[in-house]
Amino acid sequence: MDKSLNWRETVITAVIRTCGYSAIVFVILIFFFLLREGVPALAEVKLGDLLTTRWYPIENHFGILPLLTGSLIVTVGAMLIAIPFGIGTAVFLSEIAPRWMREILKPLVELLGGLPSVVLGFLGILVLSPFLRVFLDLPTGLTALAGALLLGGIAVPTTVSIAEDALDAVPQSYREGALALGATKWQTIWRVTLPAARSGVLTALMLGIGRTIGETMAVMMVTGNAPVLAVKLTSIFSPVRTMTATIAAEMGEVANGSTHYHVLFFIGLVLFLISLAVNIAASSVVFKSKKRAERVLS
Amino acid sequence: MKRRFAPDRFLVQRLGISLITLVAVLTVVPIIGVFGYIIAKGAPAISWEFLTAMPRDGMRAGGILPAIVGTFYLTLGTAVFSVPLGIAAAIYLAEYAKENWLTRLIRIAIINLAGIPSVVYGLFGLGLFVLFLKFGTSILSASLTLSIMTLPVIISAAEEALRAVPQSFRTVSVSLGGTRWQTIRKIVLPQALPGIITGIILGLERAAGETAPILFTGAAFFLPRLPNSPLDATMALPYHLFVISTQVPEMPIQIQYGTALVLIIFVLGMNLIATVIRSRARAKRQW
Repeated sequence: MDKSLNWRETVITAVIRTCGYSAIVFVILIFFFLLREGVPALAEVKLGDLLTTRWYPIENHFGILPLLTGSLIVTVGAMLIAIPFGIGTAVFLSEIAPRWMREILKPLVELLGGLPSVVLGFLGILVLSPFLRVFLDLPTGLTALAGALLLGGIAVPTTVSIAEDALDAVPQSYREGALALGATKWQTIWRVTLPAARSGVLTALMLGIGRTIGETMAVMMVTGNAPVLAVKLTSIFSPVRTMTATIAAEMGEVANGSTHYHVLFFIGLVLFLISLAVNIAASSVVFKSKKRAERVLS
Repeated sequence: MKRRFAPDRFLVQRLGISLITLVAVLTVVPIIGVFGYIIAKGAPAISWEFLTAMPRDGMRAGGILPAIVGTFYLTLGTAVFSVPLGIAAAIYLAEYAKENWLTRLIRIAIINLAGIPSVVYGLFGLGLFVLFLKFGTSILSASLTLSIMTLPVIISAAEEALRAVPQSFRTVSVSLGGTRWQTIRKIVLPQALPGIITGIILGLERAAGETAPILFTGAAFFLPRLPNSPLDATMALPYHLFVISTQVPEMPIQIQYGTALVLIIFVLGMNLIATVIRSRARAKRQW
């Protein structure tokens, strides 16, 4: 073999190896820039002031608690929708629906996942929130509830798709064994198939939550953008504002390097750390279940 | 005793299955409703002028050409950066990487990249590309930001496609004297190509529909001309829909629905192409 071939091989291997590491580099870069622009906020605003309930940047009130509770209430509301509807639909597609119906419906549900969130937000403004205002007799339909409903719609496709894969991966012999022992189809689903797919279903929910917390446009368009503390149960019927919406709405108008600018980056840092925690938790579930599957097989 | 309980569990079964079916119907019907509604409301707005003219009258009349062209440029720019990098990273993971802590770290990093909120990508793009590297609010900054966001989708899909190529193909190539790279380039990559292309399109589809990452990195509120360099800011379909549905008073509703429909066609059209490529490749595959 000639030398030039060897030389080329070495260069290409080096390039590919470098690209392989790029994902790590980007995560570190993102973290670094959020720290660089966000941490000065802690020097300019006291931590005690950040943890207050008043967000009014024009007068230098940077309390992020209303934004945290806003994100929380919308996310919890979305999960209350995504858990029953996401898992229910996944069970229906995998265990009850005939094969041809699944081949049609699953891509359809996934199509909703590909819909840009700004389109959902647009329909939220024009259709959903007027409906909520009339139906529930509220002063405005732009509420946490509207946000939760839209986010539920965004989380459902992710949840259905991954949970259905997990249910589908449960060996047919499990179901046959349960049925042979005299269990009904329902008992088989509830006591055998779902528990066997538990870790995959859990991952589906985690990734659904992940999408929900990070969602920006749809939430900004329908939640009414009022940074008030949302701690009462009735807060779901009033306007709120999430962390993501605050960044998106205000970053365009702040001066680079101002306190407001640093605080918005600080909120970004908080979001980054939350998504890091959710994703590491979700992936550790995946790794664990893989190990268990390997043990069973060996 | 047994006989008395037997009907009960069948009753439970009937109730349970009805309930699950109802849940599925309640999930699927609104999805069909969403698509049907936008198509029905948006279709009357679509005309040759709407697709090819500049906006007039503070965006309340005329067409949305700059937004369509802008989204096209951003998608193209995203592809320029994310496709080579994504494929190379996938080749590394599928063909070179050993199962060790470093590879696990790469996988965790990819999962995390996929989960970072899109608005945080926007912040990062603002910090690194717009301000630190001084690319300004431009197509370049926005494309770079979107490419990093798209990267995990492309890497995962391409790696899966590469791993699906049977090991025997590689063994034969190497036994005939091919080097590792020759094997990858001439044997493995061509076989995995349809899967890789599908992954690329699905990644770019997400990039085309995103608003938050381009908000502060490249999107222009109103720019009634076509961008003529990568350092220009640009209008884009998703941001334009956001602007005309929340920021412009007395906006004709038809233009809003028309814009939403064009955006959906752009994004779902890409989805359709990916699906066709995938099913064709599956039908042709001989292994």
